[in-house]
Formats: sequence, C-alpha cells, structure tokens
Amino acid sequence: MQIYLPIAEVSVNALLLLGLGGLVGVLSGMFGVGGGFLITPLLFLVGIPPAVAVATSANQIVASSFSALLTHLQRRTVDMWMGTVLLMGGLLGSALGVMAFNLLRSLGQVDLLVRLCYVAFLGTVGGLMLLESVRAVWRTRSGQIPQRRRHSWVHALPFKTRFRVSGLYISVIPPILVGVFVGLLSAIMGVGGGFILVPAMIYLLGMPTKVVVGTSTFQIIFLTAFTTLLHATTNQTVDVVLALLLIVGGVIGAQVGAQIGTRLKPELLRLLLALLVLAVCGQLALTLLLRPEEPFSLDSAA
Amino acid sequence: MRALLLLLLLALPARAEEIVLGLSSDEVAITATFDGSDILIFGAVKRAAPAPQPAPLHVIIAVSGPERPLTVREAGRRLGIWVNTGAVRVNAAPTFYAVATTGPIDLILRETEDLRHSITLSRAIEAIGNDVGNRQDFLDALVRIRAEEGSYQTLEGGVTFDQETLFQTRIGLPANLTEGDYATRIFLTRDGRVVDSTETTIFVRKAGIERWLFALSQEQPLLYGLLALALAIAAGWGASAGFRALRG
Repeated sequence: MQIYLPIAEVSVNALLLLGLGGLVGVLSGMFGVGGGFLITPLLFLVGIPPAVAVATSANQIVASSFSALLTHLQRRTVDMWMGTVLLMGGLLGSALGVMAFNLLRSLGQVDLLVRLCYVAFLGTVGGLMLLESVRAVWRTRSGQIPQRRRHSWVHALPFKTRFRVSGLYISVIPPILVGVFVGLLSAIMGVGGGFILVPAMIYLLGMPTKVVVGTSTFQIIFLTAFTTLLHATTNQTVDVVLALLLIVGGVIGAQVGAQIGTRLKPELLRLLLALLVLAVCGQLALTLLLRPEEPFSLDSAA
Repeated sequence: MRALLLLLLLALPARAEEIVLGLSSDEVAITATFDGSDILIFGAVKRAAPAPQPAPLHVIIAVSGPERPLTVREAGRRLGIWVNTGAVRVNAAPTFYAVATTGPIDLILRETEDLRHSITLSRAIEAIGNDVGNRQDFLDALVRIRAEEGSYQTLEGGVTFDQETLFQTRIGLPANLTEGDYATRIFLTRDGRVVDSTETTIFVRKAGIERWLFALSQEQPLLYGLLALALAIAAGWGASAGFRALRG
C-alpha cells in the first residue's frame, strides 16, 4: 500500500513504515533509548530526504517515548528531579548544537561529520557497554555481588543535591554537563541521545539501572519536542504523515518492548543494547570505508 | 459556422502538415495514495494535401518538469575514508525530463535542429546555460543518477505512429514528482528537419489533505509543529491507555 508523503514529497509503502516504527518502538521500550540512531539511517535507506528524516524522527521519538514514559511512571521508575536537571543542560546543548550544525553545513561537510560522529560515539559507547555487561553477566554467573563505587571525583564537586528516586547525593554539575553533551549530539545527529544518556547515567552518575531507562525517557521527550519545533519553524522539514505512520507502529512496539524489558535481567539488557549499537556502528563504518557504487551524489537542498 | 472555420483555415498560408493534440488529462493531482502516474499523449497530423515527400514522417515528444537548483558532489578517498571532495553547483536542472520518439533520435533529428529547439536531454540541460567550467563529468553524473531513478527518460520508439497520421505515447511519471508546470512539446520531423511543433502544459498539483498539510507547514510553521507534537502525544497516550484497558 503506497502512500504519498506531503513534506518529503516521495511515495513509500505504508506497511514498511509501520514495520519500521514497530521495530524501533520495541527497542525504545526495552532499552529506554528513543531509537533515533536507528530510525534516522533506516529512513535514509527507504529514500526519505535526510533533512526530513532527521526532523521527523525527532517527532516520532516524542510519541514512542511518551507511551513508554507512562508505563515507567506507573512503575515509579522515573527520577523527575534528575530528569529536569539533565533537561536544563540538554536544551542549552541543543541550541548550541543547531548553531554548530549550521556552521558545518556552510563548510559543506555536514554529512561526513554526522557519520563520523555516529561511528565514533556508537563504537565507543557500544564497546564499553559490551565489556562491562559481559563482565557483569560473568559476575552473576559466578555468584559475586556487584559493587557500586561509592566515592569518585563526581562526589567531590560542589552544589550537591539529593536525587531521592536514584538514591544519590551528588553535585548538579555532572548531570548538567551530561545534559549539554547529549543536547549537542541530539541536534547534530538527529537523535534523542538515549544511547549516550543511558550509559552516562549508569557509569558516570552511578544511578541504579532500574530508574535509568525511565529517567532518560523523561528527558528525551522534552528534548525531542524542542528539536521538532525548531525544525518545523526553521526548515519546514517535519512530515506529519510520515511521523504518524512511524508513531502508530512505534507506540504498539514500545508497549511490547517495555514488557520484555521488565522481564529480562538488566545485565543481559545492557549486553543486547551493546550488540545492537555496535551493529549499527559497523554498518555506518562500512559506508565510510567501502568504495561507493556511485561516487557522485545530488543535493537538492539549495 | 463550421464551414466558415474550414474556409478560414484553408485560406491561411497553412503549413503542409500540422499537429492536432490531445492529452488524457492536463492535470496530475498528487493525493495521499499517489504512486506515480501515466499520462497518455496522443494526437493526429492534419494535412492540407496528401503526404508530399517520400521520406517518412516522425514524432518526438518532450515533457519537461520544473527546473530547480542543486549541488552535485563527488566523493573521493581521503585518509582511508570516503568523503565529499568536490562539488559543483547547478543553477537549474529539470526535475523531470522525458523524450519519446518514433525512432532512433540521431536518425530522425538533425544536430542543428536539436540545437535550435533543445529537444534531447543533453541539449535541454545545455540550453539552461549552467556554467560548470570543465567539469562536464558532474553534469553527466546528474543525468546518470536521475535516469536511474526514472526522472530522466529517453524512450526511442516509445511513440506509436499509425499511417503517419495518428500518434500516441504513454509517459510514466515517477512517485517523487515535483509540483509545477510540466511543459510538453511535440515535434514533427521529416528528413531530420522539424516541420511543425506545438506545446501544451500539464499541471502537477498536490490535492486534498496533502495540499492542506503542505500549505500549513509553509504558512503556519509554529502551528504545524505544535500540531505534530499534539498528534505524537495523543498517539502515545492513546496507545498506552489502550494497552492498560486490554490488560485490566
């Protein structure tokens, strides 16, 4: 069933888009990542113009995350205060990111930089997570109790505040910095930033895995809503019809994913996410390393 | 009345052979279920006298979409990875171009006539007067890529021509059509020379909800953005509530 997208100005199979939305929704519900790092490259493959793909995936992330957030709120696995602090940094970072994006665009290398960013970040984060989760799985197998680091440099900083739900008493500086960084990446890479946020919360801030997913979902919603509005008002590249198709698939998938997520062991969940991140990274790295079939490309955005 | 018209026509210093044109439709509406479209272009050759020369008559039909600027980039290997190394800006290139003929184009159309009327794709692009310096390969790449996606078509033998009088062709418009006026030109050639030509326009427009959404996104971007967010949140909440109802 073909459908014509009014903003993207292409005709694509509606069932394919529903399926893509569903797949990413399952991941979003399981891992608490928005899925932008998957859906944006997938939309490129389907033939959606990059600018529309980036803007519309932000819109779709709002919906799938909202549905997942409701599930997490019910379970009380959201640290609102931590989410708000992260978001304050995130909005600042997003604004800076848009400025950086426009600067790179005028230099004509934005495509390359976006891809290099993807490969570098997905590779680093995926690799680290893989190592850690393999170690964690090994520990549970051999019956050792995991130890949370009680004191690190994070605890020596000023402006301490209590994050009740996370059971932390730390400075607001690290969460704000993490937020700025995620916002920056979100604007440049067209993603929610969950794949950076989740490991940063676990390893840098030391939050318990159970509240990490809900809290990152909370901050992603507001960040991607902000990004969507920014794209809609400056570039007119948000395609509502495309978003709606992805959303319908996505919200159903997210519910399924959230169910699966609560049944799996957190270590295993992290291992799976690490493998997924590495797979996407490998795919992107190949496109940079292999000789393209057609060395020329057309860029109609004038 | 009709007799008077006929008299008038006969009185005019008419060309020996003239085109009478028809279109299956002069408007293509892009709706939600649009998946490309075929247009049928047909017509007849009207003669004041029996076909005069022994050389056969040929028909060439050219459909050209709106022109848009674009940048053609070339990738090269730098430090082991593939990056865009060169770019050429093309001020205007047709978003769609199709040429359908009754025979091999270099046999039925002389170079000089092509130059005068800019019929073939390469001439049509040349006629726009884009200055790409000595980088003709960029223009070639543009044509190659657009041909592969079906936006540029050369259909030699794509026109059927009955008894040198009735002609017709079907041109497939791809799904990624650009809105605008599609100039449609028909040429009659004999012995490589253009003996008559006529021109008409096919209007390609968005229709229905597609049109409304596109207009809203352009004219009221903030409202459109808020609408997109409202839809997203409503869908997210609706699905969550639906699932709860299912379980509870």
